[in-house]
Amino acid sequence: MSKNAIIEWIDKRFPLTSNWKAHLTEYYAPKNFNFWYYFGSLAMLVLVNQIITGIFLTMNYKPDASMAFASVEYIMRDVDYGWLIRYMHSTGASMFFVVVYLHMFRGMLYGSYQKPRELLWLVGMGIFFILMSLAFTGYILPWGQMSYWGAQVIISMFGAIPLIGDTLSQWLLGDFTLSDAALNRFFAYHVVTLPILLVTLVFVHILALHEVGSNNPDGIEIKKNRDPQTNIPVDGIPFHPYYSVKDIFGVIGFLIVFCAIIFFAPEFGGYFLEHNNFIPANQLQTPDHIAPVWYFTPYYSMLRAVTVNFLWIDAKLWGVILMAASVVIFAFLPWLDKSKVKSIRYKGPIFKFALGMFVLSFFVLGWLGMKSPTPLYTVLAQIFTVIYFAFFLLMPWYSKIDKTKPEPTRVKE
Amino acid sequence: MADTGSFKIEEEMNSRRRFLVAATSVAGGVAGVAVATPFMLSMMPSERAKAAGAPVEVDISRLEEGLLLMVEWRGRVVWILKRTPEMLETLETLEGQLADPNSEKKQQPDYAKNRTRSIKPEILVVIGLCTHLGCSPVYRKDIAPEDLGAGWLGGFFCPCHGSKFDLAGRVYKNLPAPTNLVVPPHLYLSDSRILIGSEESKESA
Amino acid sequence: MMKFKILLFLLCMVPVALFAAEPRIPLNKAPIDTADNASLQRGAITFANYCLTCHGASFMRYNRHRDIGLDEKAVLEQLVYTGQKAGDLMLTAMREKEGEGWFGVTPPDLSVIARSHGADWLYTYLRAFYRDDTTVSGWNNLVFDRAAMPHVLYKMQGSQILEADDDIYTLHLETPGTMSPSEFDDYVADLVNYLVYLGEPAANDRKRIGFFVMIFLFGMLGLTYALKREYWRDIH
Repeated sequence: MSKNAIIEWIDKRFPLTSNWKAHLTEYYAPKNFNFWYYFGSLAMLVLVNQIITGIFLTMNYKPDASMAFASVEYIMRDVDYGWLIRYMHSTGASMFFVVVYLHMFRGMLYGSYQKPRELLWLVGMGIFFILMSLAFTGYILPWGQMSYWGAQVIISMFGAIPLIGDTLSQWLLGDFTLSDAALNRFFAYHVVTLPILLVTLVFVHILALHEVGSNNPDGIEIKKNRDPQTNIPVDGIPFHPYYSVKDIFGVIGFLIVFCAIIFFAPEFGGYFLEHNNFIPANQLQTPDHIAPVWYFTPYYSMLRAVTVNFLWIDAKLWGVILMAASVVIFAFLPWLDKSKVKSIRYKGPIFKFALGMFVLSFFVLGWLGMKSPTPLYTVLAQIFTVIYFAFFLLMPWYSKIDKTKPEPTRVKE
Repeated sequence: MADTGSFKIEEEMNSRRRFLVAATSVAGGVAGVAVATPFMLSMMPSERAKAAGAPVEVDISRLEEGLLLMVEWRGRVVWILKRTPEMLETLETLEGQLADPNSEKKQQPDYAKNRTRSIKPEILVVIGLCTHLGCSPVYRKDIAPEDLGAGWLGGFFCPCHGSKFDLAGRVYKNLPAPTNLVVPPHLYLSDSRILIGSEESKESA
Repeated sequence: MMKFKILLFLLCMVPVALFAAEPRIPLNKAPIDTADNASLQRGAITFANYCLTCHGASFMRYNRHRDIGLDEKAVLEQLVYTGQKAGDLMLTAMREKEGEGWFGVTPPDLSVIARSHGADWLYTYLRAFYRDDTTVSGWNNLVFDRAAMPHVLYKMQGSQILEADDDIYTLHLETPGTMSPSEFDDYVADLVNYLVYLGEPAANDRKRIGFFVMIFLFGMLGLTYALKREYWRDIH
């Protein structure tokens, strides 16, 4: 039987060739993708890395408060190449956030959330929330001091919710304090519930993308300009082979960074694996300095920035509300941006300034989140929290009055 | 590039292209195998399993004749049987009914490839798992019991699928089990101390 | 309401100085080299002699020391004192409750101590004990104030006394030990080197494998770049 005959046999029973064409060889992507467009496929790569290494870690990890810490060290020492698998997973967690943040920033640069990609953006936000939950539940599993006290702080936030708070946090923990019961159930979320949700949403994300087509650095719709004979977008090129070979190159570039960290700096100076997490969880003693892992620090800063009671709500609850809002607010971007153009290339100076200030505030808040608060740092955090939210909340106003340049009809090389 | 016409897919497979695709595929394949290797190796017995599977030392000074001593090595039961002279005599008598009386199949170290399948004639050391599907046979030293028939001179009987072994762990003909019971590597540290699981004479702490 | 208080307490991030006070002197850089097997072996012997009596290294197996050039026979001769087997974990001879009785706290497991505290902290700490009559053990430490651990290496270092001038703390050798100060520094460096190895026994393997991985990846980078360029000639 020839190769074609086999494919024909399958095609009568399963849409193999038609899907291959629709999503690869005849999926037309704009030909002007730049550096920022690597991070979608890289996020996919890290997802696969996390799933495979995760499966192998569960083979030896024990979700039991009395055994968890030791089982991680067992993986690091007694399991052949366990150290490699563990570092691939722990480094992968941080790198997941690196590529996803860059991927999201790409969307903000080129207006990828705008019509008709609002749903694509919302699904992406769903992925981001799931990813944060995965990171949180995963960080608990080694059951070190940072695992324990980090989780303690996050769970305590639920206690801030009026009336039901205490009951809710007890329900989440399955105990009156963070203990074995919580470790066991967070393990279940981390290895079953959340990965299934994540993979499903990623699938939906790609389906939605291929429905509306990719945006590009010029922010113009290539589907509007088709060749009359072939009906192919004139500025589109088939994803395969052009973007598949390009993405493979991107993957190798990424792996150089990824492997350099895994093999030569897996703790990454305490940012990827915190020093205090090499001390087993001790319920009676908080480490003298606790901070979340780097990718949560901007939001953590905003949580701490609120120091005054306002209206009938106390400072603590405001902090929690603000922190939740700082994450959720990304989802509203498609409706906050009133600009006539998508890409930053054709947006006016106000947007460029606003985006610059937003990036600055994200970094400053991230840095402050790792520091112990001093009066100066608290004031700084308050200022930058205001800037952070101003970027979003003032956008309907400044994006409308901003001076935009006209979009071209064809993409620029 | 002229900006008038639409993009034409040239995509011809010139030789340079073919070479680069082949080279990248081969390198990618090598990388794939190289990445899969540590993952596969991680599923081998860990250092903990190896430590638990370390050689086991057994003191047989108080082992009585005809009695079976069971010890654990690598999670499996090892039988140590001190056979009486009468028991040893049965070994020769039964040889006609056995599948592999001379222990031709490699189910034992060379030093146990003899009629008694042991280093010292009276002391039998075998892994107590049937070579059929891994049940643990029962030690039946009673002679000619009702269920096993008049020809039974003592031996091991597997209750799962009815395989029979003589007192040297040799399997009877025409029964499910294909081979004799396995003799594990072992050595005598002294007259009364056996080290199971090792052939190297090193003094363990 | 308990939860609220815990949260507020944590959010304020008041340093909880239960026993982890800030060092009163700057940390010295630990002169260590984890590729130096001779130093690691000396450190291992010191560890087995002085640390293992009270502290465990309960994630580490004796026979793992093949990494640093000690085979099973050498391990059994040089490191094992308590009749354990080569494949056993390095557990302490002391029971937990005893430790609590003697020192007020259970001496922590040292398997990953170098990963939580760092080599420099350990190197400075082990050399910063001084006489202090106000403590239970008679010893105090400039790095770790009121450490529960007495000065175990006292015989070698001798005893130091503290001189404080405002915020400047210096230690002076009051009675010399069996080693000169520089000999003692080397001795502690070997021990700290060993503790770093103990924290991650696979570290040397990791770097060795990583070297080859990086070379391979740079080769792949060139290859895939050529591939990408070749195909993209269609477009540019």
